[in-house]
Amino acid sequence: MGRYVARRLLQMIPVFIGTTLIIFLMVHILPGDPIRAMWGDKAADPAQVASLRHEFGLDQPLWKQYIDYMGNLFQGDFGKTFGGREVIDEMSESFPVTLRLTAVAMIIEIIVGIGLGAWAGLRAGKAADTGVLIFTLIVISIPVFVLGFLARFVLADQLGWVAPNVQDSTDYAQLFLPGFVLAMLSMAYVARLTRTTFAENLRADYMRTAMAKGLPRRRIIGVHLLRNSLIPVVTFLGTDVGGFIGGAVVTEGIFNVQGVGNLLFKALQQREGSTIVGVVTVFVLVILVINLLVDLLYAVLDPRIRYA
Amino acid sequence: MPDATKTQTEAVVDAIAAPSAADGHKEQGKPRSLWGDAWFDLRHRPMFWISSILLLLLLVIAAFPGLFTGADPRNGDLTNHFLTKPDLGHFFQADWFGYDGQGRSIYARVIYGTRASILVGVGVTAAVTLVGGLLGMLAGYFGGWLDSVISRITDIFFGIPFLLGAMVVLNAFTDRKVYVVILALAFLGWTSICRVMRASVITAKQADYVTAARALGAGTPRILFRHVLPNALAPTIVVATIALGGYISAEATLSFLGLGLADPTISWGIDIAEGSQAIRDNPHALLFPAGMLSLTVFAFIMLGDAVRDALDPKLR
Repeated sequence: MGRYVARRLLQMIPVFIGTTLIIFLMVHILPGDPIRAMWGDKAADPAQVASLRHEFGLDQPLWKQYIDYMGNLFQGDFGKTFGGREVIDEMSESFPVTLRLTAVAMIIEIIVGIGLGAWAGLRAGKAADTGVLIFTLIVISIPVFVLGFLARFVLADQLGWVAPNVQDSTDYAQLFLPGFVLAMLSMAYVARLTRTTFAENLRADYMRTAMAKGLPRRRIIGVHLLRNSLIPVVTFLGTDVGGFIGGAVVTEGIFNVQGVGNLLFKALQQREGSTIVGVVTVFVLVILVINLLVDLLYAVLDPRIRYA
Repeated sequence: MPDATKTQTEAVVDAIAAPSAADGHKEQGKPRSLWGDAWFDLRHRPMFWISSILLLLLLVIAAFPGLFTGADPRNGDLTNHFLTKPDLGHFFQADWFGYDGQGRSIYARVIYGTRASILVGVGVTAAVTLVGGLLGMLAGYFGGWLDSVISRITDIFFGIPFLLGAMVVLNAFTDRKVYVVILALAFLGWTSICRVMRASVITAKQADYVTAARALGAGTPRILFRHVLPNALAPTIVVATIALGGYISAEATLSFLGLGLADPTISWGIDIAEGSQAIRDNPHALLFPAGMLSLTVFAFIMLGDAVRDALDPKLR
């Protein structure tokens, strides 16, 4: 187990360097000068532009910029924004907000998705099953931003049940609607996956054994079937974190949540390299760690899987 | 000598093939290949026909938008048509879906916007299948250091969140035409196809018929393209068909954020972004492009579902 984790952590290093390098190059090889752009169409003082460029290290060759950036990163220094603030401060303000939003979405996704999928899977081929399949098909077809505006338009503007904008991001009641919108797409996938594995595992030998032993139905489904069916679902939940992060940019924009998605979107518009690379780097790290956790979770769900 | 080997080969092939073919004839009339079987299955699914008809209609709209509307999607008449409400009785007329905030016919824009979405969806899928499929095939078939290199590169690209990466990549371009969006999405999206293809090629190359083909003196390209590829293609096709709808959705999302297609190109994503500003009093400016977008994604996802059910024997 310990050796497995150590090997996986070592394997993360080249992936981490590769991803950050790609993002770094993408941000910095773009034509145009973000420093000059700060003046807009006004005349800029060339000396001032040059000194700012020097301050942000933009006058260095690209490879040196990357090495400097990574060197600083390992000391916890994410660089400064053009506004002069530390990127790490900006991130530590907005990350908890996104974390809460994603947590709300994850809980909705897991409860509704697995519940719906299990309900349909136990009735495979019946009307309820077809209904869930069609429902998930429709949910998958509607892009997140359309769903977000529709939800906001109907629930906030027309019915007045909720506030259209999130004013206090520590209030979970206000985060419910954006969290729900963010969760919808993944929820539909989780429901479909759970349905398929449930329907498949219903025919498994251990199910017949459990039934023959005379176990109560609740225990057969809740313990034997559920635990065996969760592995593909957990895999999906792990790989889907990346999708959540992309969705967060859209959802936070629609409901005006001041999270990382908003921070990243503003940074993209101002082409502020340090914030973009910083945010994406943290996301990549989060995804790598979650994938490792998912792999370790397999052993918990299925004792036959052991890591040497 | 060549004659002798040829007859020998034919004899072996005949000996192997003859009894099984005869069996098939006796039992179920005509033996079907995987593809024949899948086609048989598809023909009996209403979902396949609904999505095919929808997609055919969308393809015709994308190819010949002028057939469906006489109105100009770019010509705005602010004085007469600023956010005019839709007139749902006027089928196929310029004012059927109303007018947007710049006085342009929403019906015409919905029709003309189809092309960009379909082009991006099909283009990205084609590029991803070609690049990812080829890399996955090489990695899976040859193994060794080539596999290691390709797999590590795949890991790196797989680590970048798709939509997030696309935002960063597209932000680097100022002139975002359809092909730029296709290239950017394909640049980040090829990994899943590559992994699927690699896995199925590894399974297929261990099959007895591959050993038999090699024993009969077939060269590597022949084995790869005539024996391994046809037997490893099904999972790739399933993944590619299902992903197609997702790419259309991704393009619309990026265009909505102002990071996808840019203005002279007509895109539902841009129209939805513009419509969203007037949603409170004029929801029609958002609802019609959004509805058309969802319908298109729906058709592709439904097709993907039907193809998966037909090609995945595990679910049968």
